[in-house]
Amino acid sequence: MESFNPKLHLPILIFGVAAPFVIPGVTIQIAVLWVMVLFALTWDIMGGQMGYNSLGNILFFGSGMYISALVQISMFANVSEYTASSGAVDFTYTNSEYFWGLGWGILAAGIGSALLAASLGWTLFGLRGPYFAIGTLGIALTAGELMGTWEWVGAGGGLAMPVYPGSADGKSLMFYFMCFFAAIGTYLFCSWLYSTRFGLAINAIRDDEQKAEAMGIHTLRYKTIAWSVSAFFLGISGALFGNMTGFVEPLEVAFPVATFGIFMVAMSLLGGKGTLWGPILGAVLFHILKEFTWTYFLGWQWVALGVLIIVNVVFFQQGIMGWLMEKFPERFGIIVDKKETAK
Amino acid sequence: MWDNISILTAAPVFNIQLILDGLFIGSTFALAAYGLALVWGVMNVKNLAQGDFVIMGGYVAWWLGKQGIHPLWGLPVSIVVMFVFGWVVYVTIIRRVIDKDMFTSLLATFGLAIVLAQALNLMFGPEVQTAESDFAIRSYFDNSVTVADIKLVAFGLCGVLAVAVVLFMKNSRMGQAIRATAQDARAARVMGIDTDKVYAFTFSLNAAICGAAGALISMIWVIQPFYGIGHSIRSFVIVTAAGFGNLGGVIMAGLGLGVMEQYGGFVLGAEFQQACVVGLLVAVLIYRQLEMRRHRQVVQ
Repeated sequence: MESFNPKLHLPILIFGVAAPFVIPGVTIQIAVLWVMVLFALTWDIMGGQMGYNSLGNILFFGSGMYISALVQISMFANVSEYTASSGAVDFTYTNSEYFWGLGWGILAAGIGSALLAASLGWTLFGLRGPYFAIGTLGIALTAGELMGTWEWVGAGGGLAMPVYPGSADGKSLMFYFMCFFAAIGTYLFCSWLYSTRFGLAINAIRDDEQKAEAMGIHTLRYKTIAWSVSAFFLGISGALFGNMTGFVEPLEVAFPVATFGIFMVAMSLLGGKGTLWGPILGAVLFHILKEFTWTYFLGWQWVALGVLIIVNVVFFQQGIMGWLMEKFPERFGIIVDKKETAK
Repeated sequence: MWDNISILTAAPVFNIQLILDGLFIGSTFALAAYGLALVWGVMNVKNLAQGDFVIMGGYVAWWLGKQGIHPLWGLPVSIVVMFVFGWVVYVTIIRRVIDKDMFTSLLATFGLAIVLAQALNLMFGPEVQTAESDFAIRSYFDNSVTVADIKLVAFGLCGVLAVAVVLFMKNSRMGQAIRATAQDARAARVMGIDTDKVYAFTFSLNAAICGAAGALISMIWVIQPFYGIGHSIRSFVIVTAAGFGNLGGVIMAGLGLGVMEQYGGFVLGAEFQQACVVGLLVAVLIYRQLEMRRHRQVVQ
C-alpha cells in the first residue's frame, strides 16, 4: 500500500476539502469529478489490472441508484403509490427518516450491486476478450431498456428521490463531501488491494489466464471477487449520484451506457490502464476537457470524444502514466539495467 | 402480453404478416452480418461501427432520393461511396490497430461509431427518415396482409448481392487471395500475396456491403443517425450465433433474427423490440459459454 506522501496527497486533500468553500459556484461539477475518479478506478480493477475490458460496468451504477431509491422510499412509504403519484402527492420526510433512509440506501446499493456482479460473473466470466466486452455492453443496454418498461419503479418516466430536508446549499455540500470520501475510499481500497496477494493474482490473470490457473489460482473466484469489489463502489457512487440529482430515469441518468459507461473506459485509457494513478489522472484531465467541450463546442462534443478515443487507442495506447513510466522508469522505482540498455 | 398472443392464435393471418416482415428485414440484417463475419474472419477486427456504416449507406440513398434520384439508383452509388469510405477508414485507423490486441480494434471502431453517428446527426438532423420508392403496396388474404412491392424487390436484391459476393469470393483472384489470407496470413505473404492490400480490400468490401444493406433498409424501413448501434448489435448476434465462414448459418440466423424481432415487438410491445435484440445477444453468448464449459469438461 502506498504510504502517505505529503507532496502528492496533501495538495489533493487540501483541494478536496477547500474547493466547495473557495469556489462554491462549481461544487456540483467538482463532486462529479470525484465520481469520475471513482468510475475510472473501479473500471481499472477489471480492465487494467485483470485484463477483462468491460463496456457495461455502468450497470452497477444504475442498479445502485435504483436500489438506494427503492430502499429510501419503501422504508417510509408505499413504492407503487409513490411512483404512481410521481410527485403529485407530497411525501415529506423528516430529518431522521431522510438520513436513516439515505444511510441504509447507500449500504444496500453497494451490497446489492456487489451481489448482482457476483451472480452475473458466474455466467459471464467464461467469455474472453472482446466477447466479454460485447456481452457486458449488451447486459447494460438491456438493463436500461427493461427498467424503462417496469411500471413499479416508474418506467421510462423515472422516479423522484426523497427530497432533502434542508437548504439547497447544505444538500450540495453534504453530497460533495460524500462523493469526495467515496472517491478517497475507493483509492485507498485499490491501493491496498494492489499491494496484496489478490493484486498479484489478478495481474497474473491479465498476463496469462491459463498459466495462472495452472499455478493453482482459482481464477473464477478471483474474477468474481474483483468484479464484486468494483460493483460495490460503483453501486455506492450510483446511490450518491441519484440522491444528488434528485431524479432517477432509466436511460439518461441510471444506465447512461453511451456517456458515463464509455467515459470510464476512455478515462482509464487516457491516464494509462493498469496503474493506480493513471485512472485518477485520466479522470481529472478528461473531466476538464469534457466540461470545456460541452460548454464551448456543443454539438461537436461527441465528435471530439470519438476522435479522442480513436487517437488514444491507435497512437497512444499506454496512456499518460504508461508513457511517463517508459520515459522516466527510475522515478517509478523500476531499475533499468545499464548493461542491457547500453547496447 | 397474453392478449397479443391470443390475437396471434385467433387470427393466424397475422402470423404470416409478421413472418413476412421479419424475413424481408432479416435479409438486410444477414447481408450486414455477412460483411462483419468477413472482416472478423479475415482480419480479426471486430467492427463496432458496422451499424453506422449501414446507416451511412442508408443516408446516401435517402439524400439522393431527396435530390430526385430514385433510391434504387442510389443503391449502386451507396455501394461505391461506402467502398471508398471503407478504404479511407482502413488507411487511417484500421491498419494501425490490426496487429494489436482485439480490444483495441473494438474500442477504436467504437470511437469511430460515435463520430459517425454524431456527424450524421449534425448533417441530417435527428429525425427518423425513409427513402420514398413510390412502389405500390399490395394486400393479400382479404386485405389482412399488406406487403409493399419494394420489400419484395429489396429481398430479391439482397439475394442477388449475396450470390454476387459469394461468386466473387469463390472465383475471382482477389477473392481467392482473401480466403488464403484468412487461412494463414503469414503463409499468404510468403506466397507473394500483398496482405495489406487484401486487408484494405476486405474492409472496403465490408463497408460496401453495409452500404448496400443500408440503402435497402432506408427503402423498406427507417433510418436515424443513432440507430447504428442497434444494427451493430444485430450483426454481432447473427455472427456469434452462426460462427464465421458459415454463410448458410449467417443467412438463417439473419432471417431468424428478423422474425424473432417482429414477434418480440408484437407480443411484448414495441418498446421491447430493442431489448429483445440485446437480450438475444446476451442469451447467445451465455449459451455458447455454457457449451464451451461442457466441452472443456469433456476434454479434461
